Parts: sequence; structure tokens; C-alpha cells
Amino acid sequence: MKAVEVRELVKDYGNLRALKGISFEVSEGEVFGLIGPNGAGKTTALRVIATLLQITSGSVTVFGYELPKEAGEVRKIISYLPEEAGAYKNLTGMEYLNFIAKFFGDGEKFQNIIQKGLEIANLGKRINDKVDTYSKGMTRRLLVGRALMVNPKLAILDEPTSGLDVINAQEVRRIINSSVEAGTTVLLSSHNMLEVELLCQRIALINDGQIIASGTVEELKREYDARNIEEAFVKAVR
Amino acid sequence: MIGNITKKEFKELFTLSTLLPIVVIAIVFGSVGNVIGNVGETLKEKPVIGIVDMDSGDFSDIAMSVLTEGAKVIYDGSDTEGGLEEVRKGNGVALLVIPENFSQNIYANQPGEIEIYWIMKGAGMMDSISSGALEGLIQAVNQEISKELIQQDSSADPSLVMSPTKRTETTFFKGKEIQGLSPSVVGNMLMSQSIVIPIMVMMLIILAGTSVISSMGLEKENKTLETLLTLPVRRSNIVIGKMIGSALVGMILAGIYMIGFSRYMSSFQMRDINLADFGLALGMPDYLLVAVSLFVALLAGLSLCIVLGTFAKSYKSAQTLVFPITALAMISMFTTMFKDFDTIPAILRIIVFAIPFSHPMMAMRALMLDNYALVIGGIAYTAVFTVIMVAVAVRIFNSDRLLTGGVQRRVARGRLAWGFRR
Repeated sequence: MKAVEVRELVKDYGNLRALKGISFEVSEGEVFGLIGPNGAGKTTALRVIATLLQITSGSVTVFGYELPKEAGEVRKIISYLPEEAGAYKNLTGMEYLNFIAKFFGDGEKFQNIIQKGLEIANLGKRINDKVDTYSKGMTRRLLVGRALMVNPKLAILDEPTSGLDVINAQEVRRIINSSVEAGTTVLLSSHNMLEVELLCQRIALINDGQIIASGTVEELKREYDARNIEEAFVKAVR
Repeated sequence: MIGNITKKEFKELFTLSTLLPIVVIAIVFGSVGNVIGNVGETLKEKPVIGIVDMDSGDFSDIAMSVLTEGAKVIYDGSDTEGGLEEVRKGNGVALLVIPENFSQNIYANQPGEIEIYWIMKGAGMMDSISSGALEGLIQAVNQEISKELIQQDSSADPSLVMSPTKRTETTFFKGKEIQGLSPSVVGNMLMSQSIVIPIMVMMLIILAGTSVISSMGLEKENKTLETLLTLPVRRSNIVIGKMIGSALVGMILAGIYMIGFSRYMSSFQMRDINLADFGLALGMPDYLLVAVSLFVALLAGLSLCIVLGTFAKSYKSAQTLVFPITALAMISMFTTMFKDFDTIPAILRIIVFAIPFSHPMMAMRALMLDNYALVIGGIAYTAVFTVIMVAVAVRIFNSDRLLTGGVQRRVARGRLAWGFRR
């Protein structure tokens, strides 16, 4: 079964067409990247798959569940990390993880989710401090922990390392990789080409609401006779 | 330099979202003021009365002359029942009955008795203006009789000269016959019993409403909304959870406020009057109805606030969205304080009924007067209003609206920037 199947997806904001009939598939257990500049439509595509936005036309299924009809079922198996996500500032990190975990299980399952969240966030004693006192890197680690602790079948990560320093970005990538090893499928967006090369098995290049190329990193580099994916992207856009 | 900063601050602060709620409040208050009417105009109007003069003596003639000059007399006869009927039909204030031995008693150094049958229309502050004008006329009658007494006999009993008449009063108010109390006393009594609820409702709605609208603003400002909306929980549960949380915060805050306010109000309580003696006391089922009315009004207010909150882009913009709620709560509070529901103009009656917060404000007074239809009707209306508002809120939560308020422009800007980079 495909983790995600997007067919001819169109999304309009009023008169503005943000997605112009994009199609792609994500296989179970892989890391798939949507790559493109700001405003290309990456976030819109991820938001549609994350059940946040309505579909103008086309179809989207997640592990066989059709959107928007089965949005409730989809929400049970996905975890979405928005690009500029935040956490409730008056809660401690621990309270925040508790709040989220309660939606996904109770008893032993709840304890296991929390344990995993604590491991991923790796905030030590600071987990008991209010989120308001966290640095940007700490908050992002907490949020990645929140997103991946529930063992989602599909993790939708929008610019997962956005705004992080090299050390924190590397740590987040390590966490994503270990989640994939544990069986999570990852659909991420990024405009960080290095990150894409390091994380993704397959990518789709998106520009102006359209997918202009897709394949593995090596396939795209070969196709556009490029030394790296950034060069391939520039050539594809031209 | 200062001018430059001032200009920037002005442009930053003086936005449409800042201006619009204030303009709406100004228009609403202006309209309500026009509808209620001018107090000054009401004061200029002569009170409408009926007179039954059974005495036809010297002093009753004086009283008649003062009353006919200062009031619009629509009944001047000898039948008390018929007179009362005429005054009622003529929307009058009272029927004054001067008994047979009125002048004789005064000559015998006894105060002459005037029987006043008040027709009380409402218990609001402005409802007692007409009866206040008649009170003034009765004072004038006393003065004229005093003058006459002094002219006739300068050695007249000073206590009689000071108070040449006494009165027995009966107030008819919404089917109740209240012996020994004038409309102003009845009005004050009802007001002192029911004023706490409107103020409590207003505070509760404003405090709980502010909480829920701010919560929506904070969700957007702190970028937590998207995460919340992708959790495996029904949208209706999110809406209801937010409402209950805000209601709890509002109740705690309003409770603290009301402890102080109740202490303050208790100093104005009329302890020597027992409401039960006049058939105005509330029983347990009445208090239960007030509580239900209060509860559904709170839910209605919060459901309205959550719909408004979906328009909040940030905590700051959420604060301006509280203004319409505050305005509605204040319209309800002031209208129900100044006028009775039955005595306000029809258009204002519709507005007041349509504002869900009005119902608990009016409930206590209405129940004292056995107006169950208004209270139960209000509860039913408010419940329907709440269900509709929650449905609207859930619909908004299910739509793109929460996330795409300004996306169109942002997407357009992003594309423009990419175009330039290329």
C-alpha cells in the first residue's frame, strides 16, 4: 500500500491557484521530499495532506484513507510538524508532551509515548521548565519529539530544520532517520538542498504550484547533468 | 524625527480592525439612545392621572386645582373602579382618590388622606420618571394647602402645616397588587434584588469572552493552531473544550469580582422589606431557572466569541474583537437597568431579546413578577443561538478560513520574491 497518493491536486485560494494539478506518490517506509522555493506550493501540499486545507480538485489518499471524507482516520495515523510551529508557552515541556500524548493513548501506551518524547526532545531537566524559557533549538527539539513520539505511520515535516544551527539541525536529522528505521514514513518539505540529499530517498521538485521533476537524488542529478541537487533544481526550473 | 515616529506609530495603531469595533459600538449606542428617547422630553410631559374627588371641600378644591394644572387628567369622576380602568386604558400613572372627609379632617387638625392607586408599568430606572413627576405634584398640593392654612389661621398646628396630607398607596404592577408601597419603592426593591445578576453576567461574558478570543489569537500567534487541528480529535470537541476552559476562567475571575461587588451592593439592601409579603419572593425552581438562563447565556456568549476569535490574527487583534461583545453586554445591562422589557420600544425589545446575554439579566425580575414565558422563551432562544453558533464555529474550524486569512497575499508575495530572484 502506498503511504500517500496525490492525483492531479489543485488548490485555490480565492482567485489564486496555489497548486496546479500536482501528482506524486510516497511509498511506505521512505523519506520523500518536496523541494522548491518559498511560495512554490510545498506547504500548501503538506497542509492538504495533513487535513488542514480543503481540496479544490483532485484526490489525496493516506494509507488508503481518502481525503477529506476520512480526515478523522487520517489524523489518527499522521503527525504534522509545521514550519513555524510553536508550543503553548505557559505549559512546561513535560506538560506539553502530556497534552499531546493523551490524544493517542492511555495507560502503558501513554507512558511509552511520553518516554519516547522525552528521549527525542532530550531536554534533560529543562523539560520541566516553561516552554516560554526555551531557546529556538530547544523548542524545535520538543516539537520534533512531539511529532515523532506517537509513532505515526506518516510524519509530515515542513522544513524540519528551519532556523536551526548546524548542531541542532544535525540532531533533528538523526532523530528523523531513527524514526524511519522504526517504521515511520516521512514526507518533508525543504529548500535546504543539502538536507534533502542527506535525508530523502526520493524527491519531487515543485515550482509555481507544479511538480517539474521527480525521482531519486541520483536520478535527478543524472537527468540534469548536475553536480548536486541544487544545480539540478536550477536547471529544472529554467 | 518625532514626526516620523509619530506617523509610523499612528499608521501601526490606527488600523481598520482598531477603528471598526469602536465605530460599531458608537453606532449601536447612538441608535439605542435614540430609540430609548430623551429623558428631558419625558420629564417635560405632564403625568397622566385620574382623580376621584369625594370631598368637594376647600382643601380638595386646592388639590384639584394644582393637579389639573400640573397633570393631564383623563378621569374626573366618583367611581374608583371606573377611574382605575380609565387610567389603565389611558396609559396613566395613577388614580388619586380624595375621600369625603378630606377637608373636614384638615380643619380638625388631622392630616387629610389621599388614596393613590399607582399603575406601575416597569421597574427600570427610567420607568419611574412619570410617577416621580406626580410625586412632585403631590408635594405642590401639600404646599398650597399649607399656604392656605397659614393664611386662614397663622396659629395653626405647625406639624399639620408641615404635612397637611397623608397618603395610602397601592401599586398595581403586572397583575400584582402591592399595598403600602409606591412605584419608586417597588422599583428600588426589585432593582436591589436583581441588579447583581446583570453586572455579574456582563463581567462573566466579558471575562470569559476575552479568554476564548485571546486563546484563538494566541493559538495563531504562537503557531500552535495547525498542530491542534491535525490531532485526532473532532473539531466540535476542540470548540467545546475551548468554550468550557474559557467559561471556567471567566467564572473564577467573575466570582472574585462579584465577592467584592456583592459586599458593596449589600450596603444598599433594603433589609426592612420582605419580598415574600408582596408576593415577589423567588422559590427554588425560580433560582434554578435563573441559573439555567445564566448558563446558556454564558455558552451563547462563548460560542459567539469563538466565532469572532477565528478572525483574530494575533493576541493584539483578539483584544479589539472583544469590543463588540462588550458593547452587546453593556447594551443589555443598561437597557434592562433603565427600562423594563415591556416598556421599551418594539425595535429595542427585538434587539434586547436577540442579545442572548439579556435573558439572565431580565430573568430575576421577570420571575418575581411571574413572567415565566419571557424567561423560558429566553432560555430556549439562547440555547438555539448557542447551537447555531457552535455549528458555525465547527464549520469554520473545518474550513480553510482559520489558516488562510492572509495566505493569498502571502503566497502572491512569495511568488513575486521568487520571480525577482530568478
